[in-house]
Amino acid sequence: MVILWTDALIFILMAIIVGLAFYMRSQEHIKRPLKQIGRSRIGMVSLVVLVFFVLIGLLDSVHFKAGGNKTNEIVSLLDYWATPLRERGEKTYSAPFAVTLYSKEMMTLADGSTHWDYPRLEFGGSHLDDPENQRLDDILQKGLYGFAQGAGLVAFFMFLSWGMLAEQHKRLIRSPAATAVWAVAFVIVSVSYALVYLSGYYHVLGTDKVGEDVFYQAVKSIRTGLVIGTLTTLIMLPMAVVFGILAGFFRGWVDDVIQYVYTTLNSIPGVLLIAASILMVQVYMANHEENFTSVVVRADMRLLFLCLILGVTSWTGLCRLLRAETLKLREMEYVQAARALGVKQGTILLRHILPNVMHIVLISVVLDFSSLVLAEAVLSYINIGVDPTTYSWGNMINGARLEMAREPIVWWSLTAAFVFMFALVLAANLFADVVQAAFDPRRAGND
Amino acid sequence: MSSLLSRQLLPLLHLYSRCCMKMLRCNVRLPVLMLLAAFLSACEVSGLNNPYGDEDEKLSVLYQSFSERPKHLDPAVAYSSNEYTFISQVYEPPFQYHYLKRPYQLEPLTATRMPDIVYLDQDGEKLGADANDSAIAFTDYLIEIRPNIQYQPHPALAKNAQGDYQYHRLTAGQIGSSATLADFNATGSRELVAEDYVYQIKRLAHPKIQSPIAEMMKNYIVGFDEFAKQLGDKPKVEIKDRPLAGAEVVSRYQYRIRIKGKYPQFIFWLAMPFFSPMPWEADAFYEQPGLADKNITLDWFPIGTGPYWLAENNPNRRMTLVKNPLFHGEAYPTEGEPEDKQNGLLDDAGKALPFIDKMVFMLEKETIPYWSKFLQGYYDASGIASDSFDQAIQFTGSGGVALTDAMREKGIQLQTSVAISSFYMGFNMLDATVGGSSEQARKLRQAIAIAVDYEEYISIFRNGRGIAAQGVLPPGIYGFTGDKEGINPYVYDGLGDTLQRKKIDAAKQLMSEAGYANGRDPKTGSALILYFDTTAVGVDDRPTMNWYRKQFDKLGINLVIRATDYNRFQQKMRGGNAQIFVWGWNADYPDPENFFFLLYGKNSKVQHGGENAANYQNAEFDRLFEQMRNMENSEQRYRIIQQMQALVRHDAPWVFGFHPKNFSLFHGWYKNLKPNLMANNTLKYQRIDTAARAEKRQVWNKPVFWPLILGGVFFVLMLIPAINAYRRRVRETIQ
Amino acid sequence: MIHYIIRRFLYAFPLLMGVNILTFVLFFIINSPDDMARMQLGQKHVTEQAVENWKQQRGYDLPLLWNADAPQQEKITQTIFYQKSVGLFLFRFGVSDSGRNIGADIQERMWPSLAVAVPTLIVGLLVNICFALMMVLFRNSYLEHTGIVLCVILMSVSSLFYIIGGQFFIAKLLRLVPISGYDDGISAIKFLILPVLIGVFSGIGSGVRWYRTLFLEEVEKDYVRTARAKGLSETQTLFRHVLRNAMIPILTGVVVVLPLLFMGSLIMESFFSIPGLGSYTIDAINSQDFAIVRAMVFLGSVLYVIGLLLTDISYTLVDPRVRLS
Repeated sequence: MVILWTDALIFILMAIIVGLAFYMRSQEHIKRPLKQIGRSRIGMVSLVVLVFFVLIGLLDSVHFKAGGNKTNEIVSLLDYWATPLRERGEKTYSAPFAVTLYSKEMMTLADGSTHWDYPRLEFGGSHLDDPENQRLDDILQKGLYGFAQGAGLVAFFMFLSWGMLAEQHKRLIRSPAATAVWAVAFVIVSVSYALVYLSGYYHVLGTDKVGEDVFYQAVKSIRTGLVIGTLTTLIMLPMAVVFGILAGFFRGWVDDVIQYVYTTLNSIPGVLLIAASILMVQVYMANHEENFTSVVVRADMRLLFLCLILGVTSWTGLCRLLRAETLKLREMEYVQAARALGVKQGTILLRHILPNVMHIVLISVVLDFSSLVLAEAVLSYINIGVDPTTYSWGNMINGARLEMAREPIVWWSLTAAFVFMFALVLAANLFADVVQAAFDPRRAGND
Repeated sequence: MSSLLSRQLLPLLHLYSRCCMKMLRCNVRLPVLMLLAAFLSACEVSGLNNPYGDEDEKLSVLYQSFSERPKHLDPAVAYSSNEYTFISQVYEPPFQYHYLKRPYQLEPLTATRMPDIVYLDQDGEKLGADANDSAIAFTDYLIEIRPNIQYQPHPALAKNAQGDYQYHRLTAGQIGSSATLADFNATGSRELVAEDYVYQIKRLAHPKIQSPIAEMMKNYIVGFDEFAKQLGDKPKVEIKDRPLAGAEVVSRYQYRIRIKGKYPQFIFWLAMPFFSPMPWEADAFYEQPGLADKNITLDWFPIGTGPYWLAENNPNRRMTLVKNPLFHGEAYPTEGEPEDKQNGLLDDAGKALPFIDKMVFMLEKETIPYWSKFLQGYYDASGIASDSFDQAIQFTGSGGVALTDAMREKGIQLQTSVAISSFYMGFNMLDATVGGSSEQARKLRQAIAIAVDYEEYISIFRNGRGIAAQGVLPPGIYGFTGDKEGINPYVYDGLGDTLQRKKIDAAKQLMSEAGYANGRDPKTGSALILYFDTTAVGVDDRPTMNWYRKQFDKLGINLVIRATDYNRFQQKMRGGNAQIFVWGWNADYPDPENFFFLLYGKNSKVQHGGENAANYQNAEFDRLFEQMRNMENSEQRYRIIQQMQALVRHDAPWVFGFHPKNFSLFHGWYKNLKPNLMANNTLKYQRIDTAARAEKRQVWNKPVFWPLILGGVFFVLMLIPAINAYRRRVRETIQ
Repeated sequence: MIHYIIRRFLYAFPLLMGVNILTFVLFFIINSPDDMARMQLGQKHVTEQAVENWKQQRGYDLPLLWNADAPQQEKITQTIFYQKSVGLFLFRFGVSDSGRNIGADIQERMWPSLAVAVPTLIVGLLVNICFALMMVLFRNSYLEHTGIVLCVILMSVSSLFYIIGGQFFIAKLLRLVPISGYDDGISAIKFLILPVLIGVFSGIGSGVRWYRTLFLEEVEKDYVRTARAKGLSETQTLFRHVLRNAMIPILTGVVVVLPLLFMGSLIMESFFSIPGLGSYTIDAINSQDFAIVRAMVFLGSVLYVIGLLLTDISYTLVDPRVRLS
């Protein structure tokens, strides 16, 4: 078992979320909006999609050394399960479900003569003897088989939960939101089962320039997207909350200093600050090579720093919002009353101010998530994003950009990155909408 | 009466319709009227996507691109190929490479003949041509240039009625009101004299100019170092009247360069832009305070005698070279290699150069637009990015290469040539694991040399554009041989005609002999870890790095990629902290000395700051090198070179990588093309068939309008339900 | 008012100083002057002497922050920091590491940046407001719901896809406009159509949603109800009352970004090879020319400060209730 920096932070984050969930159960004013989210069909469906992504991300965050101590290779649980995908590389491009390479090559036949044709793939569809006639049937057959397996699994769980639940909960399950959740879960699980099953025989999303499986790349990129979207927030939250509340509550010179700091940071164009910091990390790693012997560790360090610096550039917005809200809150009667009663300032902050700005924090966290995932792609384009050895959608897009100029065009890398990224961001955006609607006091009760 | 009227009207009508036609033709180029044009003449329009204006249709214009703005255009400073593309057309050193003849051969350019070379001993006495190397203390090069060569018209040479230089005492107002060099209206010219060549050599020495070869020339040109020290912080123009012992004017058209010892390769330097002439007036003009703030410097606006002058320099977008009206004239070569005649390369023999009136270089950073514009006919030449390779090139039955049918239909021509450069994977010989002359380390290096399959590298990453290297020298350099002797016996088995890379088992065998059985490091008990230092930090480099890891993995070695930025990499190399790296060398001149010096012990990077990045040190090799470098090409030199090759192959401080093969595509209308890897001033020989180009562009760039129209219709259809909904809403009553 | 503006200007000074120190420290930790020299001198035949020479010519041979050898006052002035930052405050950006005058380059490259950014802003604003108004007009109908879903979908696509897709379809397949490039004067139009179109399109999703919430907030206010009760038609209330009142947040939102338009769009410019300030910055980052990067950071901060000031002023202009003091 190897725990990388980002892994550790992810686990901490998970712990915090679980803790928060327990805390929220007992809070009436939070339970109401949560129930509203629970009733929203779009909200629950996008939540299911998000949870699915998160599960994959978590699988990919459990790292250990493969093959004992013999090699230094660090792999994740996901890598371990996808070992066939990872190791069955082809020579170069091949289309989704193809059995031959994408371009013709000179081949030497058994009798020594040469022949100019599409060579068969080493792994993709290699079990077929007569690919031209068998391929379609085989794909359909295998796809259906995988789908049926997944469907069976979901059905099993459905019956299980149906049998175990009490009558009053059964009514809950029949609600429109729950039906939607079950339907989406059914589709996701079955389709991914089918895809996983098929990918044992084919490259379902083709291969890239050096023959790596694109499906594997796209799935691996999920973790990168999630890490950037969540850890950045984890890093910036304490700063934003503490400084925002302090500035708003104490005013005076505290306010001046904090305002000065965030205006200064804000006025530097973000990209330039990120560029400088990423270069600095590289210098640091070049000077401390002995600590970064593994590619995975190096890439992880860079990912962490990217989150850190994105956090530094993005905390100012939330900080300003919180400051304004605190300024309003401190004039409220109950805060004034608490003061008059001689309650300690720390206690006022903790018991009266903090809980009352939490909805702003929550909304901004969900809203930021998708924009951070999108930002990663752009940063990778200017080479100041994640490490080039890290799988990420940005890196995939960046690498695939040139493929658009090919004739015939190689579309699958770009499409894969597009679809996966789009699914995550769309789910996040929809969910954010629902959360915002539920928690925003001005809009509460509207929907 | 009626007939009269009609006779008068007819021409008028005719005129009117012609006007209409003309208006239409102009208008359709304005995309604002695109839709209108689409409906009016959907089948006629072409070239909406033309990235150039129309003003040049009468001239013969060459369109090319550059991907990075050149940093320096001062011939004393410029040293990279993208800078040479421009300044080689403008500046003329005394000698040049013959355009057609192979092997590469020098011929006079502005000189009347090849230089007179005189050997001198310690006391300055003349020695015979067959003098012993050790006796030669100095060599004199006496160069005579042709009279009546004029500089391009330039403000620095402009004189007023009194014969004084008009712009050498600019006022602050004059400078303030001018944004670019073209704002100085008056221009002048003068004859090229020997002093200009000497002046340029002095410029190379000036610390302010920071010539990249200054440090190297210190070792050759007599008195160069002292001259540089004397100058210190003095203004550039000062050098005009200070004598430099190694470069002196003999007469108006003759000058002499004196170098230390014997250095036969020096003649090649005299064909590089470093040794082209520079009028002192240029420095006097550009050094005036205030001009540099407007980016009006010699680095941006050259002044030369060549066939072209730089009319527009906007490195952010476009650079334009225009025919020099005062060009001294040169004729297209009349002789070349035997096949040149068949290829039509001698059709223009004896005609006056240059053929092309104007050359437009557009800044093009992204590959996709570049390639697409080439296919649309808006660039005349293009390289082939590996992503568009399949589209352009196919391999023929015999293993040769040819254009694809699609390219041939377009009339595109392909040119291939093996570059005079070497890419290699170097080991840092000072490293404890891979370096040193111990048998263990050598076996490890040899094993790696077998494992890293550069044939595969070439086929994956370069689409077969390259040949795997067998030694230090690329083809085309004296001493390279394609026969059995030229094979690296430690990596390859010669099987009859074909070469076969040794099986991986042979490498594994070497690994166990070196003590790393199955790649296991006896010290740690786990896999041997090696470090690969690189500047490849971009996404595009990831496949390459993965490939290297795979190669080492064949031996059970765990390769760790240490990617850093360029500076950090350089620092590691200087400090000797790198372990394995990939490096390339582009020849300065076609001589084996320019490659073997990369392994010369006294050039080692760590001890001497030289170019021997592997820090290779072998006394025998150094001895042979010292012997070889000053020799003329001869059988004896050939033998020594083979001995040196054998030593390097055995010690394996490098894994010989590959010599890249350049593939370039040219449109059918581009004539007189022959790859010449040493010469950069080749644009003057080339010709464009403008009419053919205009016709092809017309055909290739018919815009497609129907999706646009379809989209418009769709949008309108979408609006209908919206309008209906609105109507209903307005009529609605509150319940 | 005047007092306020003067005070804000004085307030900007420590801000810019902070930015300057921060960037200076960041960039000089990464790159020592030695590194810069080697970067610029290239690969072949570089010796220690050449590096020293380069540093001396460019004024990088001084100590970074404190010159212990210099007399008195010069302990501070004879340092790289002082020499390189005083010029910035006077808008004299000096010479880039590759030898060109930065100020002249910025002046020249500003225009192409504006040529892309200004039309994108204006067209984008018009389109977004139009769509947002339409959605408010058809609120609670299926049109609004599809509209919202469309917006979310548009928002969820990375801007890189818009650029790659636009270039591929419109320029490559349909051959309607040049793929990339730029020209001066009127002929620039054909190069600008595509970037502007893509810029507008990629902003629609978030823009429309934002303006829609603004309008909705306004629509629910009492005076709108009164107006409707008075018998004004739906369109009349929307244009006469809602739009006019929503203009305040819209205007102030636009004013903040106005100065930053100068900085150009990093990605758009490099994809379409438009020689603006955005691609200038990217090139500088890629070639590690920190003199340019420092100048651009400084310029960005100045423009940001100006933006803040303009917002405040525009508040007072559109809303007389706000007074600056």
